Amino acid sequence: MGMTVVEKILARAAGRPAVKAMDVVEPRVDLAMSHENATLVINQFKEIYEGTGREAKPWDLSRIAIIFDHRVPAEGPKTASNHKLVRGFVAQHGIAKFHDIRGDRGGICHQVLPEFGYVRPGSVVIGTDSHTTSHGALGAFSFGIGATEMASIWALGVALNIEVPPTIKIVVKGSFPKHVGPKDLILHIIGKLTAQGANFRVLEFHGETIRKMSTSGRLVLCNMSVEAGATSGIVPADDETESYLREEAGVTEKIERVLPDADAVYERVVEIDVSKLEPQIACPHTVDNVKPVGEVAGTAVNQVVIGSCTNGRLDDLATAAAILKGRKVADGTRMLVFPASARIYSQALEAGYLAEFMRAGAVVMNPGCGPCLGVHQGALGDGEVALATTNRNFKGRMGNPKSAVYLCSPAVAAASAVAGVITDPRTGGR
Amino acid sequence: MGKVVLKLGKDISTDDIYPGRFMATVLPTETPQFCFFDRTEFNAALKAKAVPPGSVIVADENFGCGSSREQAASTIRGHELVVVARSIARIFLQNAINLGLNIVICPAIEAEEGDELEVAPGRVRNLTSGKEFATEPLPPARQAIIDAGGLIAYTRKRVLESAAHK
Repeated sequence: MGMTVVEKILARAAGRPAVKAMDVVEPRVDLAMSHENATLVINQFKEIYEGTGREAKPWDLSRIAIIFDHRVPAEGPKTASNHKLVRGFVAQHGIAKFHDIRGDRGGICHQVLPEFGYVRPGSVVIGTDSHTTSHGALGAFSFGIGATEMASIWALGVALNIEVPPTIKIVVKGSFPKHVGPKDLILHIIGKLTAQGANFRVLEFHGETIRKMSTSGRLVLCNMSVEAGATSGIVPADDETESYLREEAGVTEKIERVLPDADAVYERVVEIDVSKLEPQIACPHTVDNVKPVGEVAGTAVNQVVIGSCTNGRLDDLATAAAILKGRKVADGTRMLVFPASARIYSQALEAGYLAEFMRAGAVVMNPGCGPCLGVHQGALGDGEVALATTNRNFKGRMGNPKSAVYLCSPAVAAASAVAGVITDPRTGGR
Repeated sequence: MGKVVLKLGKDISTDDIYPGRFMATVLPTETPQFCFFDRTEFNAALKAKAVPPGSVIVADENFGCGSSREQAASTIRGHELVVVARSIARIFLQNAINLGLNIVICPAIEAEEGDELEVAPGRVRNLTSGKEFATEPLPPARQAIIDAGGLIAYTRKRVLESAAHK
C-alpha cells in the first residue's frame, strides 16, 4: 500500500519499513524548537530528572533551536527575567541554534528556521508553537506541541506515542487573479473545511498552482493549516524547495525529496480552482468565518497590521509598499508593520519599502510576534476594529476582548489602510 | 459527581481560556489566577474559591483550539475542574493528558449550567435531566501517559529504563 509524504517521513523516523494512518510511532526528532516558552520547557525538563540521580542534559544540543520572538525586546521585568533564565540555560549547555534579540539574526521563529537552513525536506520538526505547521512548506513533517511534551523530547529525543495522522489531499489549480494570493487561498480552504475540519489530520498540498508558488506563499498555506485544526500542512519538496534552500538558506549538502507514492491513501481529496477566487476576509471571532471582501467592504478600521509569521515576508511587504506608494494612511487609522525577521527587515530597508511605509504614515516595528497575539504593543481599545495579515482573530486576540479582528492578505490590508475602511484592492488599490 | 459551572459554545480558543497577555506567567502554580480571565464573573468565582474541585466545564466542539500554550491546560488543572466537551483540539488534548487534567470527550453531551453530571467509564450521566451520553475513549496511544500520572512521570520512567539498559 502506498504512503503519503507524512507516512513516509514517520516510517523512516520511527525505523519502520512502512506505516499507515493511526499507527502509533515514536519518531526521532530532527529539530526541536521553542521560543520564550523555553522558560517552561526548562522548568519541566528539570522536573523530569528530579530524584533520578541522572544529569538533566538534553539528548542532542545540535537539534535544539530557541528563538526569542513573542515579547521582544522585553515589555517588562517578568519577560526580561524569563529571557535571562533561558540565556543562562543556553550558555550552560552550549545551544548553537539560539537567536537572541538581535538586529542581524533575530526574528520570528517560523521565519528564522527556514532562513537559516534548519529545516529540510523529510525531517521531523517539532515546536512549542501551534504555527510550527509552517515548516511543512519545505517538505518537513512539522507540528506544534506544549512545553511539557518538549521537555520529554529534550530528554528522550523522540516524540512519544504519535498517532500517524490521516491525510487530506488538497489539489489547487488555476492562476491567481491580480491582488489575490496564497493568503486568500488558505482563508478560503479554512472556511470550507471549518476550524476543526482537519483536526488530527495533515493537509498535503498539490496541483499546478502550488508547484508555481514561491516558498514564501507555501509558508502561508502551511502556517495557517492549523487554523483548520490540522496537525500539519505539507508541500512535497520540488525544484522550488531546493532553490530556496540553496539560495536563501545557504544549504550546501545533498537535499533529499520525500514524495508521496502514486497509490498513497488519502482520507479525502479537496479540489480548488483559484482562477476566480476573490480576496477573502476572516471575520470576527473565528478564522473559519470567511467571506469575500465585498461582503464586508466599508467596515471602518482603526488599526491595520501587516506582519507576523504568516505575512511578514519580503513579497508581502513589497505588495503593501506598491499599493501605498504616493498615498497616505487614512486619518483615524493606524498602520503597523512588523517584518518577520531581521533579514527581511534589512532587505525591506534596502529595497526602500520601509521608507515608503513611513512616508505614508505607517509605524515600522521590529520583527516579532507581539501585536498578533496581544502580548507586546499594538493592543486595541474598547470597541476598536483591526484588519491584520496575521493568523488568528479570536475574541481578545489582539489584547482586548472588547475589540474585533479581521484577517486578510497584505494587498487588502494596504488598500484598506489608505481608505480607512475594509477595501477590495482590485478596485481601491492599484 | 460535579456541577456544571460553565457552559461554552464551540471553538473555544486557548486565548479565551488563558489570554495571551498573561503568557509571561508560565508555572502551573501561578497560572490558575488567569483562568478564563476575560469571563470576569467566572474568574472572580474561581479566585474566591467559590467553585469546588470536580466542578464541570461543558463545551461544544473543538474546545481548546488555537495556540499551543500549555497554560490553558494548567490553569484549569490548577482549579481541579473537569472538562466535558463534544470534541477537543489536538494540541490542547495532548497538553491536558500530559498534565493530568481530567477531560472527557462526549460527542452528544447536553447540559446546562447548574446541572449535576456523573462521569463514569464510557458515559456521562446528566442527573438533572436524567439523560445519559456515551463518551469517546481518549487516544489509546496516550494511555501509558495517563496511567503513569502524566508526561513528566512517564518520561522519568523512560529515562530510568534507558539508563538501566546502558
